[in-house]
Amino acid sequence: MLQNLKQSLIVSVWFVFLTFPLMVVRVNTMNQEVIWRWMNMVWVAIGSFILSYLWRYMLARQQVRKKVTDEGGEIRSKTQLLLEDMSFRYKAMGVILLAALVFPLVFDTYQSTIMISALIYVVLGLGLNISVGLAGLLDLGYVAFFGVGAYSYALLNHHFDLGFWISLPIGGILGCLFGIILGFPILRLRGDYLAIVTLGFGMIFKVVMENWDSLSFGPSGIANIDKPSFFGMDLNLANSTIYIYYIMIAMVIFTILVTNRLKNSRIGRAWIAMREDEIACVAMGIDIARTKLSAYALGAFWAGMVGVLFASKTTFINPASFTFMESAIILSIVVLGGMGSILGVIIGAFFLILLPEYMRAFSEYRMLAFGAAMVLMMIFRPQGIISNLRQTYQYKGLKDKTNNG
Amino acid sequence: MVEKKHKLLEVKGLTMDFGGLRAVDSVTLEVYEGDIAALIGPNGAGKTTFFNCITGIYNPTKGDILLHPKGLKTRRLNGLKPNKVTEMGLARTFQNIRLFPDMTVLENVMIGRHCRTNAGIFKAIVRSKSVRDEEQQIVASSYSLLEKVGLADFANEFSKNLPYGAQRRLEIARAMATDPFLLLLDEPAAGMNPQETSDLEKLICKISTEEGIAILLIEHDMKLVMNISNSIVVMEYGKKIAEGAPQEIKDNPKVIEAYLGEETDA
Ligand SMILES: Nc1ncnc2c1ncn2[C@@H]1O[C@H](COP(=O)(O)OP(=O)(O)O)[C@@H](O)[C@H]1O
Ligand SMILES: [Mg+2]
Repeated sequence: MLQNLKQSLIVSVWFVFLTFPLMVVRVNTMNQEVIWRWMNMVWVAIGSFILSYLWRYMLARQQVRKKVTDEGGEIRSKTQLLLEDMSFRYKAMGVILLAALVFPLVFDTYQSTIMISALIYVVLGLGLNISVGLAGLLDLGYVAFFGVGAYSYALLNHHFDLGFWISLPIGGILGCLFGIILGFPILRLRGDYLAIVTLGFGMIFKVVMENWDSLSFGPSGIANIDKPSFFGMDLNLANSTIYIYYIMIAMVIFTILVTNRLKNSRIGRAWIAMREDEIACVAMGIDIARTKLSAYALGAFWAGMVGVLFASKTTFINPASFTFMESAIILSIVVLGGMGSILGVIIGAFFLILLPEYMRAFSEYRMLAFGAAMVLMMIFRPQGIISNLRQTYQYKGLKDKTNNG
Repeated sequence: MVEKKHKLLEVKGLTMDFGGLRAVDSVTLEVYEGDIAALIGPNGAGKTTFFNCITGIYNPTKGDILLHPKGLKTRRLNGLKPNKVTEMGLARTFQNIRLFPDMTVLENVMIGRHCRTNAGIFKAIVRSKSVRDEEQQIVASSYSLLEKVGLADFANEFSKNLPYGAQRRLEIARAMATDPFLLLLDEPAAGMNPQETSDLEKLICKISTEEGIAILLIEHDMKLVMNISNSIVVMEYGKKIAEGAPQEIKDNPKVIEAYLGEETDA
């Protein structure tokens, strides 16, 4: 404690010393005078002291945790205990749902639009969570499936005048198909190789869309895509935004429901087992090829579906929307939120999408903050914001024999 | 009436090369119904490699692996994927424990039930009555397996938090969940204290007699091997050097020579 304070003090003095010429002294060459900005020095001192102290405190805390877990003990944080409390869970879900439903009625169109894009990333995060978080298959080209969905709606709408609601499942299924197409060649790959091939797949999608003019209209993209129709009525901008917002809420709920069921099913367990130890998994009679393909296909399904919605929301798409940057953000959502944790991914998505939106002033530093957040996360909470909860099962008839079931 | 015992596994002239290294050299071995057979030999003799060939982890260079399930057609296991081998009724544990660390103890066993159940993706999403029933069944049978190996109290712990000996027993429970008729155990007593070893001994005998599962085990603990096995195969430098009942093996000069200077608990 005292040690930490002392160390932090030394760090802050050191930082003051280091930044002194930059932050405090300023030479005005015009009228040959030196300005002493003493206030800056105070800020640097306080700032670096607090940061250093926090850093030390977190590290120390982690040391303690590690020691306990190494000794076979287990630490379960307050949030974790709270999350395992079912009645709390239902209440919280009720409140959040209510807040989500009244949101567009309380806030303006601009806020709703931002919220829609955050919700899009929630679905993308949950989709990628299947392949990366649950099945442990790294995918750096996930945005391609999103693009497949968006382009399939844009093209179907452009050429055949197909509506949003029909295209929605088509986009999902096409995403799925592309997931399987990507899945086949990489069945045997692991680790770094998997990363490179999936990265390549994402790039190829963008390059093809940029150059295959006759299909995708090249870099100029496809404009005038129909917004979702509301029983044949055309809505004005504000109303259609609200409408899309509610579609998005429904889609998020649907995604949560389905991915949650998958996670706790026979297939979901196989995915997790494959992530944990592929050899043991195959030796237990699980078909690795099928399990991998199903993880890619189901992960891609959501991207394809939400891609359709993205195209209908923006009414214009071009290849620039589907860069590696997007894949990286979606992956960050999963990693930051907590691999495999549905709640974690949702929180991660809001965090990574809303924060930059509301801090436009700092948008230049966005990537910097992003990187810093990731590094800090890896140091202090490698398991993500929400670490995976244990799945407990009830055993009929055997229940009385166990006290922790 | 003296009935000839049914032969379950027949390995003929199994050879496995790693580049220039011949890790297993034309080894022949048979396991009969009701057997507790042991495969022993110094470190690096090729025992684990032999297991890996049988269970489909490696594809052997030469030789035949034939499985004769009772009442079913004989199957040649060469070149089959490990999951197919497990489906045929041959399960295994690993020398270096390979549990699923971030899954609970119960879930680890539930994974073993995977190949004996069949709820698919769509069924999992709809979660119909039949799927819920199947899940309940998986939980119940996995739980009763945990009871058999004495881990029921830890059902909802993460498997990584279990002590070493318990992890080994969990591996056995997980393998048993696949409904095998032949169980391959790779050094199940490694790292166990005498108390744990004697518990394990009882467990293996119980599996053999009560569950009717034949057992082939690799083990360095000679006391354990001599106590429970009814036939022993000895390997050295990839070759089979001796075979027979425990008493014969004990007195075999070749075996004594192979083990000379080797650490043994015998
Ligand atoms: N995958 C592999 N590649 C190359 N050599 C291997 C491989 N697996 C095992 N070996 C070699 O085969 C020999 C037998 O190993 P192993 O079967 O593990 O012995 P044991 O289980 O009897 O101690 C050793 O020399 C080992 O180095
Ligand atoms: Mg070995």
